[in-house]
Amino acid sequence: MNSRTGALRAAFPVTVPVLFGYIAIGIPFGLMLVKAGYPWWLAPVMSVLMYAGAGQYIAVGLFAANAPLSGIVLTTLMVNIRHIVYGLSLIDRFRDTGKWKPYLIFSLTDETYALLTGVKVPDTVKPASFYGSIALLDHAYWIAGSLIGALAGEYIPFSFAGIDFALTALFAVLLIDQLRRTKDLYPALLGMACATVALVLIGPQQMLLAALASALAILVLTRGRQK
Amino acid sequence: MTPLIDALIAVPCMALVILATRAFPFILFSHRDPPPVLRFVERFIPPMVMGVLVVYCLKDIQWTAWPSGIGELAALAAVTGLHLWKKNAMLSIFGGTAFFMVLRTFLA
Repeated sequence: MNSRTGALRAAFPVTVPVLFGYIAIGIPFGLMLVKAGYPWWLAPVMSVLMYAGAGQYIAVGLFAANAPLSGIVLTTLMVNIRHIVYGLSLIDRFRDTGKWKPYLIFSLTDETYALLTGVKVPDTVKPASFYGSIALLDHAYWIAGSLIGALAGEYIPFSFAGIDFALTALFAVLLIDQLRRTKDLYPALLGMACATVALVLIGPQQMLLAALASALAILVLTRGRQK
Repeated sequence: MTPLIDALIAVPCMALVILATRAFPFILFSHRDPPPVLRFVERFIPPMVMGVLVVYCLKDIQWTAWPSGIGELAALAAVTGLHLWKKNAMLSIFGGTAFFMVLRTFLA
C-alpha cells in the first residue's frame, strides 16, 4: 500500500459525516441554480472554483436578482471574511505541509477546518497527506452533491432535509473532543455566548462574522498574555 | 436574472475573493513571525470557532413557533450524551442525526 492510498484510507472514516452533510446541502444548491435558469455544468464549476457553501447559496440569490458585479464581490467578501480567523490558527500547523499547502489553504471550509483542528493525525501517516486527503475528500463530496442536485435534483423523490444535522453533530462532537483534551471550557463558552448575542442582535444572515470577530477580540484581551 | 456570460465572469471573481480571505493570514505572515499575542491565542481559536459554529447551525430555528427547536436541541443533547458516554464519534453523529430525523417527522 503506497502512502497516498494509506492517507486516504486513514482520512476517509473521519470525513464520513461531511460526506452526508455535503451531499445533503450540495443537492439543493445544484437544484436551485438550475431552477434559476442556469445550465447544469455551472454547479460543479462553482463548487470546484469557489468551494464555499454559504457563498455559493448567496451567489444563486444574487444571480437571480441580477445584482451588479461590485455587489456580488462585496457580499462574497463579507460572507467569507471569517476564513481569516481560521487561517490565523493554522499558520503553524500548515508550516510543514509542503506541496499540499496551497491546496489546504484553497480548500479551507468550516467543516474541513473543524476536522483539521479536531482530529488527531494517526501515527502511520504523514500529517500533510492526512490533512490533504481530508480536504480533497470533503471537496469531492461537495462537488458530487452539487452535481447530483443540478442533474437529478428534480427526480429525487425524498427530501434530504434533516440529514445535514450530521454537520451540526460533527461540530458538537469535535467540540467535546477538544474540551476533553484541553479541560478548558472558556474558549468554547465564549464562542457560544458571542454567537448567541450576535444571532439575537443582528440576525441569522450576518451573525457569523460578528460572532467570530468579537470572540477573537475578547480572547486576545483575556488570554493574550497568559502562558 | 444575471445573463450566463456575466455569471461566468462573476464566478472566477467570487472564487478569487474567497481564496483571498483564505490565503490572507498565510501571506501576511509568510516572511515574518506572527505577533506573540497570536501565539498565545491561536490554540484557543479552534474550540472558540467550534462553539460559534454549533450555535450558527441552530440559527434558522423559529423559536417562537412550534416545534421551537425541540428536535434540534433534543438531538444535540443526544449527541452530547452519547459522545460523553461511548466516546465513539460515528455513533454520536449518526445516532444523533437518525434521532433528529425521527423527531422531525413526529414534531412536524
